[in-house]
Amino acid sequence: MLQQVDRVAPAIMGIQRVNDFVVKFANVNGSGSASANALFAKSVLRMGVTATPRNIFPSNIQGLPTWYEVRISEAGYMGARGGGPDLMVAMNPQTWDADVKGIEPGGYLFYDNTKPMPPSKFRDDIVVIGVPLTRMTNESYSNPRERQLFKNIVGLGALAALLEMDVPCIEQLLAEQFKNRERLIKANVQALHMGLDWVKANLDCPIGLTLRKADSVGDRILIDGNAAAALGAVYGGATVCAWYPITPSSSVAEAFTSYCNRLRVDKATGKKNFAIVQAEDELASIGMVIGAAWNGARAFTATSGPGISLMQEFIGLAYFAEIPAVIMDVQRSGPSTGMPTRTQQTDITACAYASHGDTKHVLLIPEDGYECFEFGALAFDLADRLQTPIFVMLDLEIGMNDRLTKPFVWDDSRKMDRGKVMTSEELQAGKKFGRYLDVDNDGITYRTYPGTHPTKGAFFTRGTSKDSMARYSEEGPDYQENMERLLKKHNTARSMVPPAIERKASKPTKYGAIYFGSTSPAMPEADEQLNALGVSLDLLRVRGFPFGDEVNAFIEAHEKVFVIEQNRDGQMRSLLINELEINPKQLVKILHYDGTPITARFISGAIADALQIAKPAKQSEVVS
Amino acid sequence: MTFIPKPKLHHPDLQKNALGYTRRDYEGPVSTLCAGCGHDSISAAIVKACFELDIEPHRVAKMSGIGCSSKTPTYFLGASHGFNSVHGRMPSVATGANLANKDLIYLGVSGDGDSASIGIGQFAHAMRRGVNMVYIVENNGVYGLTKGQFSATSDKGAKSKRGVVNSDEAIDLVGLALQLGATFVARSFSGDKTQLVPLIEAALQHKGIAFIDCISPCVAFNNHEGSTKSFDYVREHNEALNSLDVISGREEITVDYEPGTMEMVTQHDGSVLALRKLHTSYDVNDRVAALTYMQERAAAGEIVTGLLYVDPNPRDLHAHLDTVETPLNALNDDALVPGARALERINAGLR
Repeated sequence: MLQQVDRVAPAIMGIQRVNDFVVKFANVNGSGSASANALFAKSVLRMGVTATPRNIFPSNIQGLPTWYEVRISEAGYMGARGGGPDLMVAMNPQTWDADVKGIEPGGYLFYDNTKPMPPSKFRDDIVVIGVPLTRMTNESYSNPRERQLFKNIVGLGALAALLEMDVPCIEQLLAEQFKNRERLIKANVQALHMGLDWVKANLDCPIGLTLRKADSVGDRILIDGNAAAALGAVYGGATVCAWYPITPSSSVAEAFTSYCNRLRVDKATGKKNFAIVQAEDELASIGMVIGAAWNGARAFTATSGPGISLMQEFIGLAYFAEIPAVIMDVQRSGPSTGMPTRTQQTDITACAYASHGDTKHVLLIPEDGYECFEFGALAFDLADRLQTPIFVMLDLEIGMNDRLTKPFVWDDSRKMDRGKVMTSEELQAGKKFGRYLDVDNDGITYRTYPGTHPTKGAFFTRGTSKDSMARYSEEGPDYQENMERLLKKHNTARSMVPPAIERKASKPTKYGAIYFGSTSPAMPEADEQLNALGVSLDLLRVRGFPFGDEVNAFIEAHEKVFVIEQNRDGQMRSLLINELEINPKQLVKILHYDGTPITARFISGAIADALQIAKPAKQSEVVS
Repeated sequence: MTFIPKPKLHHPDLQKNALGYTRRDYEGPVSTLCAGCGHDSISAAIVKACFELDIEPHRVAKMSGIGCSSKTPTYFLGASHGFNSVHGRMPSVATGANLANKDLIYLGVSGDGDSASIGIGQFAHAMRRGVNMVYIVENNGVYGLTKGQFSATSDKGAKSKRGVVNSDEAIDLVGLALQLGATFVARSFSGDKTQLVPLIEAALQHKGIAFIDCISPCVAFNNHEGSTKSFDYVREHNEALNSLDVISGREEITVDYEPGTMEMVTQHDGSVLALRKLHTSYDVNDRVAALTYMQERAAAGEIVTGLLYVDPNPRDLHAHLDTVETPLNALNDDALVPGARALERINAGLR
């Protein structure tokens, strides 16, 4: 075993890989490891190598274990790889046994050997690397908090030596992170070199896993989906945000707050072009959004499954009274409290058909930060144009993890599309106004903002049935006409939501696969794995509901379509069957719902199983 | 027929206000509530108050929840936008509406079921946030539309029309409003128009949360012997603290009064509340004393009415949030969309 005291050659030959491995950090929640871990991932990116970090954390503030897993892939794969890590940075004694057990055979274990572990705590098919992090920091720092924080940086320095990372890249990142705080930059660089120098002096390095400068990152940016969606809301012109804290969505509102404070303060007066209210619950959040949107502001809330459940009655009101509202749902595992810090795509039907009575809603389903920004902004135009709730369906995997994505773009000629709003001038000129009068035959009617005109254009908004002039009516024909018009409006939305994107296989195939949201990074990799098994798939990534014609055409063009989703019941499949009247036998469920992010190995394995194809790969690797 | 418009024929000599509007211009379609319902008197008081204050009807947004009381906004201010939302949730909808446009007047009408039972959470939070609005609870202690169940403001020991005695403690919304920081708190009685109209006028001029708990007997289900929300009971136990005149900043103050019996409260907008004190020792600016006094009198079986507390310099939610002067719903792309260059800078910071 490779130890710092003796320079005995390792008992086994470790995995040898360049720019293609998985590093997992086992931390204690609240120990300040998060920023050092993020620094590691960013350093890899700065070397031009694609790195995809993921937070794995419990519902806890301090003390319970958390993990940070970084998949490094020069080939550009960003889905979770599956299997164990190639390098385990085991900093948490509480999870030691499981962490050691999880390492890939031939993998590496990095640990703080200030207090050496007995041989029984290791495995003989892995390479063990001990570095006395605590001893070094205790000798160099007296303040306990400094010891804790710098230990993380000393550890990063040690990894830099072991993996042959580009040290100037890390130093540059530290300089950017602590910009204009020279003392902190110096202290951090010093800690970094403490680890680096120690490893170089005492251990054989690099190990079999190494990083080499590459060019697989390009101009992409690293951002989490929640922040990207919040920035989308800023660009979409949202002025009112009402929210109630809930994991994994809270950081949407928090990011919106910080972006607004940066971008939306009136320069002349220092006053705010926005209002953010932390409401008393999700009912009040959506109530405020509906009140603000009714009154002509662009308004949104961010929540997760339990919040969606609480908002049901109000969502029905907004649907029936036709009020724009944007709801960002960062999905987590349900039902009930479920696994609040684990990912799932589990609110698809709950949102598509939210509330009692006959309702259908518009969903936008982003795959990453770029689309979170795009759809985050688009949602407000669609809400105004369609005068109905618009759901932006994120999930924990997309929302709470930093991920490489295309840089955001904005066309300055783009203007907010406020939809059909009748102005005071139009009313004054005698234009006929009936709040629910379908003058354009698209199901979308004109509205007025309160306070528009002294004598014309006022109407009463209600959740009860009404006629086209917004007068209370329980007459059957009035009710039915209104409900049919709402359906027509929903159909109008089919051509307004982002269309599904198809990727054809290199040769004609009778098999298709439909996927969406956070399954996206794993899909191309799974496709390659299936190609290697001789399976060709046409792929369709659904990005919105109601489904456009292209979705139906795709299904019709294939004998069998695998519907890949992260929930137990195949919710997207149900929606396809229900809305497009597809024969259920044609749609094969591929379901992953244990709360971990879906992997390419899982998808290819499950599809191969469904097609009864023998898999040459190691069986253990197919389990994610 | 579920909608009855009022005839448009008006008497040519109807009195007009400074805007040239008659009282009729502040009315709505015919009420579908029971004949003699206290709520209709409150609607009439709202009409009178808006007429007298020369408020442009279209600058008022009428907000309500669900229930008999929440139906009433249909029956006044027909030229205003109204929003009959969901049960118990008027406060959040009004809060959102207010955030979108601080320039309109928000008039929320709710009931005791809507505010004290299903909606007590939202009631409480609207009070503590200081949403600039008038919040009237038309309090009859009973569920009318569902035919006579007790509500959360029914007094313990009160008897329902079917003879059931209420065993639960009553929620006192006035006490809650005072405790939660409401900056204008009043209680009145739908049967006392002279008291109610000036209270509504004062509330409309108040730049903060103005709460009026208005006892409004239900003629169908809660106006019998043994009820503590009947016309007879309230008349017998009504202890009026003060009577109010609202004087706009433009008018000269010419009220005659006996020294020590009159109190002038100048509000933030320059208007003056002229309070004729019926209890000379009661201080309308003392929140703590108001709370104590309410509880003492309630224990003695009395219903204290009048203006109970007012903060002459209230702060509202917009002040807390430090929003711009322009209503948020009127901000354009230039004010709201940071543009491509700002986005490039953000991109650069994420590499």
